[in-house]
Amino acid sequence: MLTVANLSKAFGGVLAVQDVSFHIPAGCVYSVIGPNGAGKTTLFNLISGLYTPTSGSIRFEDREIAGMAPERLARRGMSRTFQNLQICRNLSAIENVMVGAHLTLNANMFAGMFRWPGLGRADRACRARAADLMERVGCGAFVRADAAAMPYGALKRLEIARALASDPKILFLDEPAAGLNHTETHEIETLVADLARSGLTVVVVEHDMKLVMNVSGRILVLNYGRKLAEGTPDEIRTNPDVIAAYLGGDDEEE
Amino acid sequence: MTSLFLNSRWPGLALLTVVVMALPAILPNAFYVDVAIRIAILAINGIALNLLMGYTGQISLGHAGFFGLGAYGSAVLTSHFGVPALLALLASAAFTAVIAYGVGRVILRLRGHYLAMATLGLGIIVSIVLTNEAAWTGGPDGMAVDGFTLFGFTPSGERQWYWVFAVLLVGTVVLAQNLIDSPAGRALQALHGSETAAAVAGISVRQRKIAVFVLSATVSAVLGSLTAHYSGYVNPGLAGFLQSVELVIIVVLGGMASIYGSVFGAVIMGVLPQVLAGYEGWDSVAFGVIMAAAMIFLPRGVVPSLTAWLRSPNRRRGEGAAC
Repeated sequence: MLTVANLSKAFGGVLAVQDVSFHIPAGCVYSVIGPNGAGKTTLFNLISGLYTPTSGSIRFEDREIAGMAPERLARRGMSRTFQNLQICRNLSAIENVMVGAHLTLNANMFAGMFRWPGLGRADRACRARAADLMERVGCGAFVRADAAAMPYGALKRLEIARALASDPKILFLDEPAAGLNHTETHEIETLVADLARSGLTVVVVEHDMKLVMNVSGRILVLNYGRKLAEGTPDEIRTNPDVIAAYLGGDDEEE
Repeated sequence: MTSLFLNSRWPGLALLTVVVMALPAILPNAFYVDVAIRIAILAINGIALNLLMGYTGQISLGHAGFFGLGAYGSAVLTSHFGVPALLALLASAAFTAVIAYGVGRVILRLRGHYLAMATLGLGIIVSIVLTNEAAWTGGPDGMAVDGFTLFGFTPSGERQWYWVFAVLLVGTVVLAQNLIDSPAGRALQALHGSETAAAVAGISVRQRKIAVFVLSATVSAVLGSLTAHYSGYVNPGLAGFLQSVELVIIVVLGGMASIYGSVFGAVIMGVLPQVLAGYEGWDSVAFGVIMAAAMIFLPRGVVPSLTAWLRSPNRRRGEGAAC
């Protein structure tokens, strides 16, 4: 589904991502782990078009997409959430989710101004679907809320609902469980597993090892911007390099 | 019940329509009708700027420049070239749209203070050109403009022109509200909230910014053309910095991202100077104090603050949460 080859990104003299290659099969939960500053979010930003790679290739469904603008990638079925939330606080919660469905609606300004026939109905259908999505990700209680009035945990779910609203083929979740408590983390785990079961390819950056090990089909380990290891959870768990660099031998702990 | 009432678009529109219909019967003479027309002009201009500034989050400190381009476009084309008024209006609007597109492509890459500076420069350049091209524009003294004939009807006198601007105001409110409530309007507000989130959702951030900039400029240009015909006279002050600032005050005071806020802001900016005119010498001071007080006690603007207050169930938070 997505193949990254020899991808590098330099910020001035700092090589944030160096010569990273991997392949994400369709319909799988693929996790990217690594210590802080390992280049996980940079990798996400490169794939989702927010950064332009210094070198290397990214192929999505057999098309080269390296350096393509985010709005074009959205059109191709890519969607993501953000570690540092990107919520539109000037909109209501449900409108944030509806923003995610932008490409499914007629968003011409004149169509809007003159209430193009069918536009109102499509928009109401979109609103109903957005409410369903909020319910599905577990923030259904906030359907009538303003985004600015929502707590952190609910906003993380709201981002997932927005990312799902575009009906993506591949979904990137940047630390979906960061800052959440035990129960909430478990709910996110169940949600990610459900999404994968429904056929969606889910790519997760996450620090919570229990979640990663439970939910992932394959795992990529980054360290200092380089690929340290890649494989199934069992392979990663027993990989000596990973244990030395990252897990520190006590992966039972967290 | 209150919240249902406040969330619906009809009460506001009904109130506006009733006021607009009733005003001519109430206003005692042409002077007051002229004040009402000036308020309608400010309100339409304010709504145009609010789409750009309040909803999309792109500041413009030179918006009167576009108003001036429309006004002078019509003035020059009708006076020097004998072009029919409607054709001149459309040509000026098209010309302004092209200018806005060209300038917007370049300056809308900028953000915040830098965009403010660039638009400020744009407005100043327009008013300098209008002042210096005296052979065409009459220079600082301005120039006379003929009346406006459309399908054999030539509005004359304040009371006839009042209906022209009244219809235009109500029409602008309806269309702007339609836009804001549509997917396109949501996209504009989304890129105000988070450009990154908007882009990832598939919204072409740059194109959308340029589109709303052109729309806003074109509305102001059309309004400028009609205002020129109504006044029968244009001068470079129309496009000046003070006019641009006045529009920004209307948007901020009335309420960012509030269409009725801009109408209300225009009413205040139109009425307050008349009320204060009696206090010679103190009028500017009083004006300043009222503006400062409004921003301190109603920081989100008058209309959003008041609706938030009406909506809050216990009505304790006077101005709502100050964002």
